Amino acid sequence: MKNFFKTAFFSLLVISGFWGFSNFGIPQIKPAPPPVEEKLDLGAMTMDQFIALGGKIFNGKGTCTLCHNAMGRAPMLDKVGANAEERMKDARYKGEAKTVQEYIHESLVKPSAYVVAGFGKSGSNDTESPMPDVSGGGIGLNEAELAAVIAYLQDSSGSEVTVEIPQMDAAPAEGAAPVEEAALKTPEEVIVKYGCGMCHKVADQVGALGPDLTKVGKSKSKDYLRQAILDPEAVIAQGFTGGMMPPTFGEQMKAKELEMLVNYMAGLK
Amino acid sequence: MLTRNMKITFGALMLVILAMFMLPDFMPAVHASEAAAAEATSAAAPASAAASDAAAEPVANAITFPPAPKLTEADYPTIPGVNARVMVWLVAQLHLWFGAFVVAVPMFVFIIEVIGMVTRDERYDNMAYEFIKVSITAYSLTAILGGLLSFGLILFYPDLFKYLAMIFKESMFAYALLFFAESAVLYIYYYGWHWLQGGNKKWIHLTFGLLLNAVGLQLMFLANAWTTFMMSPAAVDAAGVFNGNTWEAIHNFLWNPINIHRVVANVAYGGSVVGAYAAFKFLSAQKKEERAHYDWVGYNANFIAISALLPLPFAGYYLTAEMYAYSQQMGITLMGGVFAWIFIIQAVLIGALFLSANYYLWCGMGRSDGAYRYNPRIKYIAAVLVLAFLVWFTPHTLVLTNSELKDLGGPYHQILGVFGIMPAKNTAVNFLLTFTFLSFVFYRRANKVATVSWAAAGNAAQIALFTVGLINIVILGVYYGYFTNTVYKVAASIPQVLTTLTIIITSLVIDAFMYKGAKDVAPLHWGRMPARSQYALFLLAVSFTWLMGLMGYVRSGIRQHWHVSNIFRDGSPDAFTPGLGYAASVVSVGTIIFMAMVIFVFWLSTISGKHVVAKGYWKEQA
Repeated sequence: MKNFFKTAFFSLLVISGFWGFSNFGIPQIKPAPPPVEEKLDLGAMTMDQFIALGGKIFNGKGTCTLCHNAMGRAPMLDKVGANAEERMKDARYKGEAKTVQEYIHESLVKPSAYVVAGFGKSGSNDTESPMPDVSGGGIGLNEAELAAVIAYLQDSSGSEVTVEIPQMDAAPAEGAAPVEEAALKTPEEVIVKYGCGMCHKVADQVGALGPDLTKVGKSKSKDYLRQAILDPEAVIAQGFTGGMMPPTFGEQMKAKELEMLVNYMAGLK
Repeated sequence: MLTRNMKITFGALMLVILAMFMLPDFMPAVHASEAAAAEATSAAAPASAAASDAAAEPVANAITFPPAPKLTEADYPTIPGVNARVMVWLVAQLHLWFGAFVVAVPMFVFIIEVIGMVTRDERYDNMAYEFIKVSITAYSLTAILGGLLSFGLILFYPDLFKYLAMIFKESMFAYALLFFAESAVLYIYYYGWHWLQGGNKKWIHLTFGLLLNAVGLQLMFLANAWTTFMMSPAAVDAAGVFNGNTWEAIHNFLWNPINIHRVVANVAYGGSVVGAYAAFKFLSAQKKEERAHYDWVGYNANFIAISALLPLPFAGYYLTAEMYAYSQQMGITLMGGVFAWIFIIQAVLIGALFLSANYYLWCGMGRSDGAYRYNPRIKYIAAVLVLAFLVWFTPHTLVLTNSELKDLGGPYHQILGVFGIMPAKNTAVNFLLTFTFLSFVFYRRANKVATVSWAAAGNAAQIALFTVGLINIVILGVYYGYFTNTVYKVAASIPQVLTTLTIIITSLVIDAFMYKGAKDVAPLHWGRMPARSQYALFLLAVSFTWLMGLMGYVRSGIRQHWHVSNIFRDGSPDAFTPGLGYAASVVSVGTIIFMAMVIFVFWLSTISGKHVVAKGYWKEQA
């Protein structure tokens, strides 16, 4: 019986060690919640807003930056406009695009039409792209979202933006009336959805690029916090540089979410 | 009597073989649409005889499958006080742990029985019997947990179960039939162990062992197909409409990589659990002979675990590479997204596995009087293993405060940052494997003196082999890892692995010839082991269990908010991926439950042999 307890205690100790390391030895990253369809009023959008929407999709729902980044997993897209002209003339090009806009669209939905040398699927001799069709599967961008991404890519690569803002909702209609997305219920959900923890230490998030917000309510008023969210460049915290925090939360957050977040942070003492 | 027994055995054997041959009948061999067309044609034939214009109408009876359902929270039944996801998660994991154990044990029991048969050393036969005895109760627990998992899925995820059953109905039916075959063969194999002894009977018994493994593996492969279909669906269109046949759905992209990985991992896992059993018995042994026996059993179990542990990283690497090949997005989510930190935890766990396995080997050298020749070198092996572990353990991106980030000039450390990427980790893993193998070589040689004339040359060749091989691993890791582009960074891991395998295989061949007819320094002192060495075996089993649980979370988690990747969305309130800390808590609770059940199984195996004479209780018979 003595050995039973000794081995049981030892096993518990080992399990506790692994549990402790997993909980306290590594950063606790909360995976983002599943993406939700957003209702967008495209008719009221300016081209700048449409391009910004494309950037948001490029960096978020589209998951483009998973591969199109400095790690070299996929080609960088900073010169995609200029490159498109050359690639459409390349003998390896299998698509039907005639313009830069069509070429980018084709690259998004038929990525194997042209595979940049060195970036094809292993063993395919650069004839097959590892990139999925972003209009289907898990990414599932609709035509309006595709157009926004194309506008963003044209703009960010210094090309002329030829895309026109579609006169339709970005969310797929499928016969059903678009549903207004409900406001989030807790401040933690707001923090996760808007990615505050990417830069700030707050709630369970451990971002370190922006100010630590775990005791922000001690020194900042609600008005200050509200302004910091809506107009982040108004006051830059000591020891930090400006231009880091997105200025778009005012358009993205619902009033209820904003007030819930402000009240929550004011209570962090 | 003998003829009758032979007939019964032969009959049972034929039944099992027949059951296995019948399996393909439950799998549609033809394309589903062809089958549907054939069915439609035969159905349409009488109709066309009755009405001549019916042939002109389109075939109405062709089977059309519905798309994957689009679910909302309301589609998931709930029971107050029960967290559906955690319940299904825990039961599935417990089923998998026990399943892995009962699939693995017959594999090495069969091999040990063959060794006993070839060497005519009864100790091996007894050990094989003891192993299968331990697994008998575990088999029942596997079945009970499997049933509980099915109920859990039907109760809490009815639409998912219905969708999977629609595609896999034939293989699910075959699975149930195979359970009968598995039970029949297992019981004959176990209960017939002492009956089927000697001469041809032993061959018959061995054949049952082979059949047991064949059926067990088929069961695992079928279950793997359902799991991998959820990761890399096949034979369905983008809306989830089933448009192929069962075989295509089974033979999906990740099926074989998972099959290979699980077979290897199960053997290592089974070895480690049996090692814990031997350690428990060793620590509880009262007699010297008993301690010697369980020391020997523990050594063999550890040998099995290490033998499978060595190729396991390669099987894991192959699986990951195939995930990338299937979907780059899935691969990056796994290695570079929210799960990236898992691999730091994995490094700690695998480090614990290798260090405990090596530590047990080093303690085991105490059984030999000739070990003093090798003992001074152990500290160097230990140093290399710890260094390799530290490199593997080094994260790529550091978690820093703002001021630390500014001081460092970025999230990567100037010196340690280079150890954070895969080429450094691949190099470290290959060092870990090579030096673990070196520990084993020293252990094997500890009690032997080579008598061949070319022993010195053989030793020199082995030293050269290790030296050149390790230099090659470093060059491949450093040059291709840091001075070429990403494509070569990944590709260089293959020649690194081949170098390690070359070292191991060539060295084993040289050793086999060099130590043929070698002299023993003295008889091995089985049982001369410190008690702490047995805790290394426990550490191995617990770490393995926890690691399997953690990797199960990752494998399932990379589907993110999809029941079936990209075609069947999870609409439940639990559609989000849980964080690492939460997952670690669930895995820890699961491991504690599993270890408690395993110790119960060990205890049952000890009481089954006990016989208490209750004097005066029973009425005296005239």
